[in-house]
Amino acid sequence: MIWIFVILAMVTLAGAMAALSQRHLVHCALCLVLALGGLAGLFLQLDAQFVGLAQILVYIGAVAILIVFAILLTRGSEPTQQSALTSSWVMGVSVAVLTFGSLAAGVLASHVIPWASNPKPNVATDVAVNRIGEKLMTDYVVPLEVVALLLTAALIGAVIIAMKEEPK
Amino acid sequence: MTELFDQLFVLLAHWLVGRFPVGLQPFIGAVISVGSIIAVFGLLFGITTVVERKMIARIQNRYGPNRVGLPFTDFRLFGFGQFIADGIKALTKEDVVPRAADQVVHFLAPLLLIVPVFLSYSVLPIGRNMVPIDMDAGLLFFFAVGAATELAVFMAGWSSRNKYSLLGAMRAIAQMISYEVPLILSTISVVMVVGSLSTVKIVEAQAGFSGPLPHWHVFTPWGFAGFVLFLIAAMAESNRSPFDLPEGESEIVAGYFIEYSGFKFAVFFLAEYLGMFAISGMAITLFLGGWTPPLALLAWVPSWCWFFGKLIGLVVFFIWVRGTVPRLRIDQLMNFAWKFMLPLSLMGIFAAGLWRFLPLGVVRWVVCSVLLLVAYALLGRGLAGGKPFAKRRYQYAE
Repeated sequence: MIWIFVILAMVTLAGAMAALSQRHLVHCALCLVLALGGLAGLFLQLDAQFVGLAQILVYIGAVAILIVFAILLTRGSEPTQQSALTSSWVMGVSVAVLTFGSLAAGVLASHVIPWASNPKPNVATDVAVNRIGEKLMTDYVVPLEVVALLLTAALIGAVIIAMKEEPK
Repeated sequence: MTELFDQLFVLLAHWLVGRFPVGLQPFIGAVISVGSIIAVFGLLFGITTVVERKMIARIQNRYGPNRVGLPFTDFRLFGFGQFIADGIKALTKEDVVPRAADQVVHFLAPLLLIVPVFLSYSVLPIGRNMVPIDMDAGLLFFFAVGAATELAVFMAGWSSRNKYSLLGAMRAIAQMISYEVPLILSTISVVMVVGSLSTVKIVEAQAGFSGPLPHWHVFTPWGFAGFVLFLIAAMAESNRSPFDLPEGESEIVAGYFIEYSGFKFAVFFLAEYLGMFAISGMAITLFLGGWTPPLALLAWVPSWCWFFGKLIGLVVFFIWVRGTVPRLRIDQLMNFAWKFMLPLSLMGIFAAGLWRFLPLGVVRWVVCSVLLLVAYALLGRGLAGGKPFAKRRYQYAE
């Protein structure tokens, strides 16, 4: 089982590193798609079917396409002349190490991970999709409605920005 | 006896898998299901190309291909050997890649297109106990891999470094994304009523009969509206006429696969038709009852026969529409998706909810049908732009 995780993690990391270091922006976007696919694979390996498939549907099917359209419609479609590594990489690496350290500390101190010192968690290991739906409609209905409001506002904003101006 | 024919392929697969050692058995089972899907749907693709050319030809008052029959013989077979000849031609043609094209992306695009299309067949229940993978979230899996094909279309269009190709790819993606919304919304009403995302459970929920009518979802008001919307969105998703503007643009440039020749072009063609079969299969699963028979006294026909019969019926319907309806312009296409189909699919969800909570009998039929018909009429008249509906005038060349 550990090998599947290692392979998927390698794919995700390779995709992310390639997305940072390619010269051509569209190549970067496509390597990002590989990283997102690796993430979806990690979700599916943890038996989180809904999240993994929604990751493919939303991120690869919509967000990645949005990114490539944005690259195409702006001037970023020519390959850059500067190198991929900047001169202030020491600062960048230290910020990355700090972020990773804080995230890892947060994850390792969580009470959900089955360490020996933690009480046995009462979370189900495989979650059926209809349980997610029930929880969304009962316990988490306020976040659901807030997200719906946010999406409606984004939709209206997009329509207003893209609408043709009435000639005065 | 009917049981034997019904489960013939399942028993055959189990027998084949049993001949191998236990450790290898899951792998061999997977290879058998994948191999049979590729073989069956590949053959169906070949036959469909010939049937399509002949049907469109007859609609246009001419014969289609009728010369190529069995190879090395004189039997013409009404032209049904044409797909063999086309396959050999596609395999032996020179693979021309433009010098300025992005070589890696140009090569990967057909691959990335064909793999999700084959993946989407794994959740279709072809017969009783005949689904390759029984996933809990099968419907979501189907739409997720459908979304992955859009990226391949973009890769194909962009990597060719050709203005027409890029324009065709952007239009194709805009069309596919726009029609994905009514496609998925029209399936939400089915998921609401059945209560599960698993394709196997959706088919089993349509298995009963009340009087002569089966419990298929297409025989309910919201199901009929959902079926029609799903079929129209399916035609648009597979870039099929009347929505084939991204690929038939001015009929001399082929849109996003202009710069592909030989086998890669054949892969694009294959992916388009296989995508059409997959989405018709999903329409059959969701609305037409999957592998269930339409009448109780016809239950002796094997379940996979019913699935393929309905699939062939839907494919013939798609070919019929292609030969009949003129192509839509890109702005007409987008208006149709966002202004007409999206509100109608939302009304379909509302009608499905009403159907569930109203008392059984005439009341819920009348309420749901009236709701959907009024929405359809108001949207149609409202979006017509005030042009009057008059009797069509024909003008002939004298």
